[in-house]
Amino acid sequence: MALSHLAASASRSSSLLKPLSSALSLRRSISGDNSPLTVETSVPFTSHQCEAPSRSVETNPKELLTFFRDMALMRRMEIAADSLYKAKLIRGFCHLYDGQEAVAVGMEAAITKKDCIITAYRDHCTFVSRGGTLLEVFAELMGRQAGCSKGKGGSMHFYKKDSNFYGGHGIVGAQVPLGCGLAFAQKYSKDETVTFALYGDGAANQGQLFEALNISALWDLPAILVCENNHYGMGTAEWRAAKSPAYYKRGDYVPGLKVDGMDALAVKQACKFAKEHALKNGPIILEMDTYRYHGHSMSDPGSTYRTRDEISGVRQERDPIERIRKLILSHDLATEKELKDVEKEVRKEVDDAIAQAKESPMPEPSELFTNVYAKGLGVESFGADRKEVRATLP
Amino acid sequence: MAAIFQGVGAAAALSSSPSNSFGSKKFVSSPCRPFSVRKGASFAVVRSDGRVNLNPKGRRAQQLISNAVATKSDSAAASSSSKPGHELLLFEALQEGLEEEMERDLRVCVMGEDVGHYGGSYKVTKGLAKKFGDLRVLDTPIAENSFSGMGIGAAMTGLRPVVEGMNMGFLLLAFNQISNNGGMLHYTSGGQFTIPIVIRGPGGVGRQLGAEHSQRLESYFQSIPGIQMVACSTPYNAKGLMKAAIRSENPVILFEHVLLYNLKERIPDEDYICNLEEAEMVRPGEHVTILTYSRMRYHVMQAAKTLVNKGYDPEVIDIRSLKPFDLYTIGNSVKKTHRVLIVEECMRTGGIGASLIAAITENFNDYLDAPIMCLSSQDVPTPYAGTLEEVTVVQPAQIVTAVEQLCQ
Repeated sequence: MALSHLAASASRSSSLLKPLSSALSLRRSISGDNSPLTVETSVPFTSHQCEAPSRSVETNPKELLTFFRDMALMRRMEIAADSLYKAKLIRGFCHLYDGQEAVAVGMEAAITKKDCIITAYRDHCTFVSRGGTLLEVFAELMGRQAGCSKGKGGSMHFYKKDSNFYGGHGIVGAQVPLGCGLAFAQKYSKDETVTFALYGDGAANQGQLFEALNISALWDLPAILVCENNHYGMGTAEWRAAKSPAYYKRGDYVPGLKVDGMDALAVKQACKFAKEHALKNGPIILEMDTYRYHGHSMSDPGSTYRTRDEISGVRQERDPIERIRKLILSHDLATEKELKDVEKEVRKEVDDAIAQAKESPMPEPSELFTNVYAKGLGVESFGADRKEVRATLP
Repeated sequence: MAAIFQGVGAAAALSSSPSNSFGSKKFVSSPCRPFSVRKGASFAVVRSDGRVNLNPKGRRAQQLISNAVATKSDSAAASSSSKPGHELLLFEALQEGLEEEMERDLRVCVMGEDVGHYGGSYKVTKGLAKKFGDLRVLDTPIAENSFSGMGIGAAMTGLRPVVEGMNMGFLLLAFNQISNNGGMLHYTSGGQFTIPIVIRGPGGVGRQLGAEHSQRLESYFQSIPGIQMVACSTPYNAKGLMKAAIRSENPVILFEHVLLYNLKERIPDEDYICNLEEAEMVRPGEHVTILTYSRMRYHVMQAAKTLVNKGYDPEVIDIRSLKPFDLYTIGNSVKKTHRVLIVEECMRTGGIGASLIAAITENFNDYLDAPIMCLSSQDVPTPYAGTLEEVTVVQPAQIVTAVEQLCQ
C-alpha cells in the first residue's frame, strides 16, 4: 500500500515538475540542485502528548541524491564488514546496521554538527554520518592504529569528538544517562543545541532510561531519546520483552512521536520537529520503526527467531535505499544508470578504504598503557622507586 | 617527606601533615631541602629527598607555603588569633575546598541527593546552592545509576561535576557507569574524551548504621582501570584532596568516612592542594611501618601511644592514595624498618590490604624481615548491635598486639 501511495504522489508531483525536469535534462548532473521539492512521508506520524508534524517534507534533489549516496555507502560498508568478519579480520563483536541506514542519514540532515549524538554499539553508520571516514571505520574494526580510537576501542567504541559524536557503548542502556548528561552540559553552557540519545527496543526496558528521563524532564534538558525499534532485542521479539511495545508512549508525561524509520524523509522531519521541541519544552521521545537485515551481531544468524520470508518481505517493501531510488527516478532527478554508477563508485571507495586499512599497522605494545589516565595533577603511575615513570603518558 | 608540585597555575602543595587532633608526638619543623628535578617529566614534578620532622612542642606546623622557598609565614594581616590559619571541622574543610574550586572554575558543578536546598546530608554542600544557584548545585532524584551516568556524560563535554553518593554504598547501583563509562572511556575513545569527574561520599563503619550503610567500597572499585582513589582523613588533607581531585583530568573517587566529619583542625588560609597519589608521613619511626588510611589512622595513632610507652618506635604512614599506591614512600619506609603492618577498615578478602601486601611483596620482598601482617575488618556484614560492631573493625588493642608480635 505504501508503494501505491508513493506512486500516486510521485505521479502527482511529477506532473507539476515536468517543465522543470525537461530544463534539467539539458544539463543533468548527478549532484542535483537545491530547487525545493515536497514529498509526503509514507505513513503519517503518530504522536503522544503533542501535535504531530506535517507529513509533507521539504527537500530538494541535492539532498535526495546525497541520501542515496550516503545510504548506499553505509550499506556497502556494512556488507564489507560482514565479509571481513567471516575472513576473521574483524573479531569479537560486530553489530551491523544495514536496513536502518535511514535513521542515521535522516537525523543528520535535520541537525548540525554542534548537536550531540550518542548511541549504543550499532554505531558504524552513525559514525560515518557524523563525518567519520571509511578508513577510520575499517582500521578500528580491524584493530589498527589508523582507527578512530587507535585500535583500542573496537566495533562498539567509535567516537568522534570534533563532530560531537559520543559513541559507541557496549552496555545496553548505559548511554542514555550519558546522553542526558550531554544535554545537561548543553543547557549549562547555554549552547542552544540538543542531544540525540539513541537506544534500541531491548534497551527501552532498562530502568536507568526512566531515571534519566525523569531527571531530564525535571530539569528541562534538551534531550531527545530516540528508540530505534527494530523489533528484536537480539533473539527476543519485542512482544516477548515488553508489556507495552508503544515505546513512544513510555515517557508518560514526556511527549512522544512514532516515525517510520525506513523513510529517511520522515526521520528528517521528525528530528527537526524534535529539536525545536526540545529547545523549548524539554525532552521528547522518538520511536523509529525500523528493521535490521542482519542478525543482532555477526554471531547471530538472525533466522532462528524470525522467518526468512519476513526479512525478504521487509527488504522488498520497505528498504530505505530502494525508497529513495524510486523517489529519485520518479522525479527524474537521475537515471537508473547514474544511480548504478553511484553504487559502483561507493563500492570502489569501500574497497579502497579496506585496502588502506589493511596496510595500517597494529598498535605499538607501548600503546597498552597510554590513555589509561589523562595527564593532570599528580597523576603518573610510578614504578616502585619513583625514579621511573612506568606508564608514560603521551 | 615533602614534595613540591608545579603545575600550570596551580599552587604548590606540601604534603607534610601537621599533627592530627588525636594528640601529637614529637614533631620538628624544618624548611625544605634542595631538590632534584626528575628527568623526562613532561611537567615539572619536583621532589625533595628531605625528611620532615615536626615541631616538638606539638604545635601545628606551618609549612604550608605557596612557593619552593620556605619563608616564615609573614601574614601580617593575619587573623586575630596568634596562630596562622583557621580552625574548622572536616566537613567544613571539604565545603571550603569545594566552594573555592567552584569559584575558581565555572565548569565545576555538584550533583547529588539533597545537596542543594537541604545543604547535604553531612553538610558538606551547605550554603552552596544559595551561592551558586540551582544549575550548579543540583538536587537529583534517588537515581544513582542515571545521575552518575549524567555526571560522566557531562564530564565528556568538559564540565567538571562532583557527584555525591549520600552514602558510598549507594554507589553500587552506579557501578556500571563508574566502571565502564567513567573509568574506561578515556581509553576506549583513544584519548578523545577525558572524564574529569569527582565521585565522593562517606563510607565506612559508623555508629550502628547497619550492614547496608556501613560499606567500604574501596575494595570493589580498586580494580577499575582508569580511575584514581583517594581517602581523606584530616581536615587538612580533606580540603587538599578535594581540590586536587576537582582539578585532576582523571575520574577520582574520594572516600570520606562518616565518623570523621567532625574532626577539628587548624588549616592554612592560603590556597593549597595535596598531591593525589602521595602518602602522608604521620609519625616517623624506626621499628615497624604501619600503613593505614581513613578512620583507622586514628586507631593506629591511639595504639602508637601505648606502643611508645612500651618502648616501640612505629612509623605511621597514611597511604591516602588507594589507587595507585605511593610505593615510593612506602618502599622507603620498608627499607628502613623491615617490618610492615597494614591496618585497614575494609574487609579481609580482596581488600586494599590484600593488594598492598601483593604490591609490597612483589617490590620489596628482600627488605622484609618478617611476613607482612594485615589487620582488616571481619568478612561479615556489619551487625547492628554495638558490641558486635566494635569487634568487626580493628581496635587499638589488636594493633598493639600485632606490633608486639611483629617485632619479636
